[in-house]
Amino acid sequence: MINLTIDGQLVSVPEGTTILDAARKLNLDIPTLCYLNLEKIKYLNKVASCRICVVEVEGRRNLAPSCATPVSEGMKVITNSKRVLSSRRKNLELIISNHPFECLVCAKSTDCELQKLVWEFGINTQRYTGERSEHPIDRSSGALKRDPNKCIMCRRCETMCNEVQTVGALTAFGRGFNTVVAPAEMNPIVTSACVYCGQCVSVCPTAALTGVGYIKETWEALFNPKKHVIVQVAPAVRVAIGEEFGMEPGLPVTGKLVAGLRRLGFNAVFDTTFGADLTIIEESKEIIERIEDGQDDLPILTSCCPGWINFLEHQFPDLKYIASTCKSPQQMTGAIVKTYYAQKMGIDPKDVVVVSVMPCIAKKYEAALPSEQTYGIRDVDYVLTTREISKMLKEGSVNLNHIQDEDFDNPLGFSSGAGVIFGGSGGVLEAALRTVYAKMTGHELEDVNFTSVRGMAGIREAEIQIGDRTIRVAAVSGLGNARKVLEKIQRREERYDVIEIMACPGGCVNGGGQPYAEERDEIIEKRMHGLYQIDRNSRVRKSHQNPAIQALYEEFLGEAGSKKAHEILHVTGLMSESVECHH
Amino acid sequence: MTYTPNHSPCVEQNHPQFKELDQYIESLHLSPDDPRRKDTLIMTLHRAQEIFGYLPEIVQLHIAKKYSISHAEVSGVISFYNFFTTTPKGKIQVNVCLGTACYVNGANKVLQEFEQVLGIKSGQVTADGKFSIESLRCVGACGLAPVVTINHKVYGKVKPGDVREILEKFFIEEDKDVKEVSHA
Repeated sequence: MINLTIDGQLVSVPEGTTILDAARKLNLDIPTLCYLNLEKIKYLNKVASCRICVVEVEGRRNLAPSCATPVSEGMKVITNSKRVLSSRRKNLELIISNHPFECLVCAKSTDCELQKLVWEFGINTQRYTGERSEHPIDRSSGALKRDPNKCIMCRRCETMCNEVQTVGALTAFGRGFNTVVAPAEMNPIVTSACVYCGQCVSVCPTAALTGVGYIKETWEALFNPKKHVIVQVAPAVRVAIGEEFGMEPGLPVTGKLVAGLRRLGFNAVFDTTFGADLTIIEESKEIIERIEDGQDDLPILTSCCPGWINFLEHQFPDLKYIASTCKSPQQMTGAIVKTYYAQKMGIDPKDVVVVSVMPCIAKKYEAALPSEQTYGIRDVDYVLTTREISKMLKEGSVNLNHIQDEDFDNPLGFSSGAGVIFGGSGGVLEAALRTVYAKMTGHELEDVNFTSVRGMAGIREAEIQIGDRTIRVAAVSGLGNARKVLEKIQRREERYDVIEIMACPGGCVNGGGQPYAEERDEIIEKRMHGLYQIDRNSRVRKSHQNPAIQALYEEFLGEAGSKKAHEILHVTGLMSESVECHH
Repeated sequence: MTYTPNHSPCVEQNHPQFKELDQYIESLHLSPDDPRRKDTLIMTLHRAQEIFGYLPEIVQLHIAKKYSISHAEVSGVISFYNFFTTTPKGKIQVNVCLGTACYVNGANKVLQEFEQVLGIKSGQVTADGKFSIESLRCVGACGLAPVVTINHKVYGKVKPGDVREILEKFFIEEDKDVKEVSHA
């Protein structure tokens, strides 16, 4: 242990501890800006670029960045001397001298860490004015918005994109004052390797990285009397949106959210979880067929997460063919609304607008893909994040704290507990296993809980006994972890039957569209527990036992994997020809 | 040359310039698992610029793949150094040093003269792709200030009046000289 004093208080910490962490042990809150540590997902950004956390160390000429300076025996640290405070203030004032002063109309206002620091420091005037960087705003993807003018070069996004997700879409481009965090060659993001997981958005302290918003378009549709506007809500939204209304993270507010959405004027409020159940029916058929047929095209990789599918296409094109052809629950729900539901209601699908509320940025990109259409009509028209819908609720005078629970509309409103757990890493796999087990053995599971595939660890593997067969499965979250597993498959070092992959560490509960939370390890776990709590209390916990799903197949789709099911619920031609050289 | 994901890698495989670059990269014995493999990236970029004259995206992507790193990372390194260029330069590259010693000895007038004679500004390429002019900061030959380098040849104590004579050679013996300098 190393002994040191901070502001006169003695503290003992293990070797290698930073001054910042040692100070936190004494409940001294040294302000930070670029520094971010998310232990559960193995994310650590300590580039010491902002110089907000500087402290004075006795015997040292310069101030030390506490986030990146390890303690040493007998060290004497002062965190709040005159020199420290004036240096921090000056650094912050310099940062804001090259930052737009448009907080009132900024998407990140009240969630901005820069704004918060300026407020906490009591800075009330712009002391320095000088040259300002001017860069174009990039909305090219329709999903991720890059506004480099609001970037403070903390490099958190780069750490996330390159080290945790291993996507490698962002780099510091240029030098000195002109440096800008951008895709290669400052190209528009839509031409980059970006997969739109939005994890960079989750860690960006300002509004340099946000989602492309569709609130205006949604209001316009809602106020258009000619349009029949449907909303669908993803599983992970119901355990997170409460946070935007001051509620405990992870508290399920499904009924309140449904009631709130109805107040906004949606003609029907449907559940993406219904689409999740539908995914399980289609995907479990694929899984069983592939396990029973042969070994060549295993493992089957889940296709619910568009961030992950984008990653697969960019980074492992040779493995594209083993992914499930199922559309994601969002797209399945949209497709069924515009076919089955529209037909049932006698509405022209062209007059139906499907809005989905997602914890995700990549869903915005997915919805606009040409492959995500059914009979020439887009399955989903507008995708809103959890953050956006909470803004709409607030603008529409709906406070989720003061509203009575209501139920989803039928027929796409009933769902199983299996569908709900899609929102956390491991959930899709567990839901699939519940159904695969029943279909392969002819027996229903007594205990439906596959706890071995649950949790926050990036890679969780299990062997599951189904009848006389043992199948090897894995649940993976975070794209860096996905890369590790896929490389093993490429090298044929590991054999699996089914792998679930989610782009965001922890799954959709930690999606790029969820309420902002700086230190969010604990919050993600609470949201995840919320999902399992809903599952536990569900009347139906297996997708194939969902009566609404059974009715859909009887009335409309025929059987799982039918021609019609394929036309509506699967993608064809999505996987573009891979480029091979035959010389 | 802009890269699109559908661009066929066959072009790269049969291209003599890519072959030359690959030979160089192979001599480095890169291992994708070695975190220190990136140590040689700048050297490889130098070599690539020598071979191709500039570093277009297709070359960047090729190098990124060989190093098992992202295109963004390669692009970021290139963007940091003035020396690297992602736009084509002329076959004959005129570099005028504007470092302190050269500048005080009238390098800016020398630069102006090159611009006037060739009819282009610094950073531009002549319409026939033959000449380009760049300014740079110190080549470490301050004793010879003002210094001009043309491809690999260094010209010292250059006066504005010398410019036409220097260029004359390149105008007349163009084919021979171009060959010499581009394979120097």
